[in-house]
Amino acid sequence: MWRRLRMAERALFAGLRQGLERLGQGAEAKIRRLGFAARFFVAILLNSGTAFRRFSLTIREIYFAGVLSLVIILVSGLFVGMVLGLQGYDTLQRYGSSEALGILVALSLVRELGPVIAGLLFASRAGSAITAEIGLMKATEQIAAMEMMAVDPIARVVAPRFWAGVLSMPLLAALFSAMGIFGGYLVGVKLIGVDEGSFWSQMQSSVDVREDIMNGVIKSLVFGVAVTWIAVFEGYDAPPTAEGVSGATTRTVVTSSLAILVLDFVLTALMFTGGNGK
Amino acid sequence: MASAPIVEIDKVSFGYDAARPVLHGVSLRIEPGSVVGIMGQSGCGKTTLLRIVAGWLKAGAGSTRVLGESVEDLDGGGIFALRRKMGMLFQFGALFTDMTVFDNVAFQMREHTDLPPEMVNDLVLMKLEAVGLRGAAQLMPSELSGGMARRVALARAIALDPRLMLYDEPLTGLDPISLGVIARLIRTLNDSLGQTSIVVSHDVEECFAIVDYVYVMSAGRIVAEGKPDEMRHSGEAFVKQFVRGETDGPIKFHYPAPGYEADLVAPAAHG
Repeated sequence: MWRRLRMAERALFAGLRQGLERLGQGAEAKIRRLGFAARFFVAILLNSGTAFRRFSLTIREIYFAGVLSLVIILVSGLFVGMVLGLQGYDTLQRYGSSEALGILVALSLVRELGPVIAGLLFASRAGSAITAEIGLMKATEQIAAMEMMAVDPIARVVAPRFWAGVLSMPLLAALFSAMGIFGGYLVGVKLIGVDEGSFWSQMQSSVDVREDIMNGVIKSLVFGVAVTWIAVFEGYDAPPTAEGVSGATTRTVVTSSLAILVLDFVLTALMFTGGNGK
Repeated sequence: MASAPIVEIDKVSFGYDAARPVLHGVSLRIEPGSVVGIMGQSGCGKTTLLRIVAGWLKAGAGSTRVLGESVEDLDGGGIFALRRKMGMLFQFGALFTDMTVFDNVAFQMREHTDLPPEMVNDLVLMKLEAVGLRGAAQLMPSELSGGMARRVALARAIALDPRLMLYDEPLTGLDPISLGVIARLIRTLNDSLGQTSIVVSHDVEECFAIVDYVYVMSAGRIVAEGKPDEMRHSGEAFVKQFVRGETDGPIKFHYPAPGYEADLVAPAAHG
């Protein structure tokens, strides 16, 4: 009886210990990877000379990451703005202030929806493509061949893609917001009949360049750094197999989407809750 | 051959981790101008050895001298400087898939030199002519057959006239015509450009036909060395099995397993 109890106890402790060990190993592996990602980031910054000296390399990547994302960004912006127009009007007219629709649409887009949704779209359209491309270059030994030819792949492949993403993201977010405001205008003014003059003039008087637009640009810049960093790192770190690359692509989209939402909260808290917050 | 060897490896050992040693005390010398084959089964450490020569992996013990430099003592910049004097042909070519054949071959010239575009153009066409693919200059890698892709990769590898060429399984997976073409190119380029070449391969006869000297590896050790003819008539059991492709010998056909009968009687063990 006692012996059985003691055996059961021992099995329980062994199970617990194993579980704890596995948890510890998992956590250690994650932290190690985070450290590797941080060192990778520093390596990108240190090896960015080529990306700027031979700017044509970066321009080419801006085309792939930025220009080819334009359609999805513009169409999404238009529809998000149109929905904002409908929903905003519905709420505002209850308080008899439907002329404020311009402010609502513009502030929502410039401060939040523009950077966040453009960032999410950018992560799934361009981020995944960057990861898959670098991962496949690794799997087909193109990265190895480059190293063998004494060309640093971080300088030649990674850095131009990184800077292209960082430069494209604020522009895409701005275009998203502009298109959204136009969508809001179409629905609010042209469809529902809100006064055109007050729509634009209220927007003009209430949207502050530094408080609202600059903060939106800063947000989109931060998202651009986060998404592209995650994308190039996942691609470079992907195991050189079919599953490896597909897993890395999925991780890019999931991790960078989460990063955008968390960073958005942190940045909003820092930007808009100060003494002079609006 | 009294001149200094191009590659001199002395008692090199290496393992990816402590539990799995890959190379045990490997020593070899490669003389200038020669084509040397490193042969052995898949997984015997040939490619690892090639990567140590290229400064890709650092040997755990022993010394590696390549083109007069001690590879272990070089930092990242030193390794890159050394690699400019080397070319490597990868198993499947590893061409840059987003560039044309021309741009692939021009890659190193544009990265490492300030040659004017006209000169790059002439040099690239000369390299492509050497592998018989001048007419394919504007094709993309996806439009090439396996053999053609490897020839383009070869043109790219010799773009800056390397003194040492490393070939990683250059003959694997090719049709007989492409295989003959690549094998002949390895020999003629070596001799006409005054290179030294290391060919890692497990294609016995094709490799024997072009190399001057062979090292045979098994389980991370060099088990035999000599001229191809000596290898053909070697009395060493592993070399005999390898050269003739026999199914049983020192290398067993069966993966180690418990007794057949015991395994059949207790099928529950495998679930």
